[in-house]
Amino acid sequence: MSEMRQTSVSYTDEHEIFRASVRRFFEEECAPRQAEWREAGMAPHSIWKRAGELGFLCARLPEEYGGADADFLFSVILLEEQARSGAVSPMFSLHSDVVTPYIAHYGTAEQKAHFLPRMATGEYVGAIGMTEPSGGSDLKNLRTTARREGDDYVINGQKTFISNGITCNLLILAAQTERANGGRAVSLFLVDTDEVEGFKRGRNLKKLGQKACDTAELFFEDMRVPSSALLGGTEGQGFGQLMNRLVEERLMTAVASMAIIERAMALTIEYVKERKAFGQRIIDFQNTRFKLAECKTEAKVLRVFLDRCIQEFMAGELDAAKAAMLKYWATEQQVSIVDQCVQLHGGYGYILDFPIAQMWADGRIARIYGGANEVMKDIIGRTI
Amino acid sequence: MLHSRHYTPAHEDFRKTVRRFMEREVAPNREAWQKDGKLPKALWLKAGEAGLLCTKVSTEFGGGGGDLYHAMIILEEQTRIGFNEVTFYLHSDIIAPYIELYGTRAQKERYLPRMVTGELVTAIAMTEPGAGSDLQGIRTSAKPDGNGYRLNGQKVFISNGQVANLICVAAKTDADAGGKGISLFLLETDGAEGFVRGKNLNKIGCKAQDSSELFFDNVHIPADNLLGGAEGRGFPQLMQRLPEERLIMAMSAVASMEFAVAETAAYVAQREMFGKKLGDFQNTRFKLAECKTKATLARTFMEYGIDSFIEGTFDITQGAMIKLWTTVRAHEVADECLQLHGGYGYMSEYNISRWYADTRLGRIAGGTDEIMKELIGRTL
Repeated sequence: MSEMRQTSVSYTDEHEIFRASVRRFFEEECAPRQAEWREAGMAPHSIWKRAGELGFLCARLPEEYGGADADFLFSVILLEEQARSGAVSPMFSLHSDVVTPYIAHYGTAEQKAHFLPRMATGEYVGAIGMTEPSGGSDLKNLRTTARREGDDYVINGQKTFISNGITCNLLILAAQTERANGGRAVSLFLVDTDEVEGFKRGRNLKKLGQKACDTAELFFEDMRVPSSALLGGTEGQGFGQLMNRLVEERLMTAVASMAIIERAMALTIEYVKERKAFGQRIIDFQNTRFKLAECKTEAKVLRVFLDRCIQEFMAGELDAAKAAMLKYWATEQQVSIVDQCVQLHGGYGYILDFPIAQMWADGRIARIYGGANEVMKDIIGRTI
Repeated sequence: MLHSRHYTPAHEDFRKTVRRFMEREVAPNREAWQKDGKLPKALWLKAGEAGLLCTKVSTEFGGGGGDLYHAMIILEEQTRIGFNEVTFYLHSDIIAPYIELYGTRAQKERYLPRMVTGELVTAIAMTEPGAGSDLQGIRTSAKPDGNGYRLNGQKVFISNGQVANLICVAAKTDADAGGKGISLFLLETDGAEGFVRGKNLNKIGCKAQDSSELFFDNVHIPADNLLGGAEGRGFPQLMQRLPEERLIMAMSAVASMEFAVAETAAYVAQREMFGKKLGDFQNTRFKLAECKTKATLARTFMEYGIDSFIEGTFDITQGAMIKLWTTVRAHEVADECLQLHGGYGYMSEYNISRWYADTRLGRIAGGTDEIMKELIGRTL
């Protein structure tokens, strides 16, 4: 599979050294514990601390905040190696690449100084509270409200499908604040869940896959936060803040899909070369070779497109429509290739002891999260 | 739109010339030629004069001294006006390189300058009724006879077969040597006794592109017309050229995808249904979004392929992948875009009906999808 990994992105020696240590961490400390964490429905806080200790959390933060001033490719490497190891949990990338940048980009000096160093060590585990029972990508219709009362905000409402919802102790919460003209606007709040009253976690939701990752409903009943919890210190910035981050989030989703495809292909090629049926190896059947040739071609096309998007992103040129195309296409390919790989495994492909079966169950969400692929098509459609 | 480090402003100037030519010389006559089933000789001479033929051939032989992006520009500009026939690139970018890369000095001097002007129109005769991509099974033979060879056999599906006056013919010089027994010959058809063109085959699409059976009954070929002057090199010569040929086919596929999306977007923006624009229906927007995504991925993959080719790293597997993916997707996109046109999409006056029929060829010519999968499957 080495040729599949051929990439036109320029990795330095420093990146490769980092990759080697990241790979060791995932292979030795995370992958072997997935079954235990699936049983528990989540990973323990200790593994977050361990990742922090090794410098694998929030590596892109400046050194003054406990990061390593790393470039975007370090995040790509972390996510690729995690996906390649088969460790679905914990959702480090959600913490480092989705939650952290909100504070790093939009936070006040005090917010950065308080939260960022503790996110880099894993003391804080982050989550984003955006989706509500009545709406996912439909941000403008949020029902959770934040009412100003003296020096505080009083928050009421409910969130659902919140990844890291059980383990997080730092929640970036999207809520409607009232405008001077009576209108409403989205604002983001930094909630230290250990410090507030009126915050309640619902049950850890049972999912089709990703069972080692916790996903929760969250409830807010007259939850009081100080005004200093408002991200950036100005009301009504939430919508723009959320939108600005989506391109990178979608790019990262595709990075994971690509790594999963490469892993699925490697596992399947290995399997069909060993397994025999009707007196010959599975790979000796023309259908097997043709199906895998199709998958390999799709993987190569995606790799070339992903690399181009990574380069454009690092040059500040990746636009929303192209990121939407990438997320839509990468996740569709991930699901269809993994499904094809299950088929080539026959009955074993349905048994969860085989990694391909686990990948099949874990992967289905990719077409839904980060903006469902229908939302991606809506975004692309607007540019035609 | 183009991201390549090898695409220059000079290419854009060339594009202007090509666009003018296509709009003036091809667009007004395209339908008539598609009815005739072939192109007139005069068009070849005009294309030569305008500098559109053999753009990659060295300036030493009168060619353009260009690169694959020149070929891409011609394909894009001809596709833009709904002219998807393979005819020009077959001559310029598939056949001319055989002579330039493998020919003797005398062969290059004798043929290339006249191919550049359009005086010579070429075809390549590989496929036979009983042998397509399994080239080693060809039966056409070339037996030594005095100072030359006698050619006997039959070919089929030969593009430019009706109009070509120089045909590169693959024949067995050693019937028992398999691939090592195949040689390529340059047959000048004027006055070639025993050479007969069959009828112009009636095809699903690419109507202005003639396609023929060819018959060789003891046709004499001078020894000087053995490509490169040595026997038995035909098979590797053909194999070596395939990756680039497939890359060129991908260019055609990408161009048809992009224009199909653009033209369909324009159509749905004006067509009304149930009191609103067709383009305002969610299904329309989603289907076009899918098509545009495929076209965008295809272009990125193609540009990567062209750049790899220019940098010398493009190989047989990449050639197979790029042709497989782009031609399959091009036909899917044409089908979806036709669907969005409704009944009009089925009418020949709409470009989309032509793209639909024409792009079907991409999955067959130059090695079928199945051959591509076989090639890719070997690398697993």
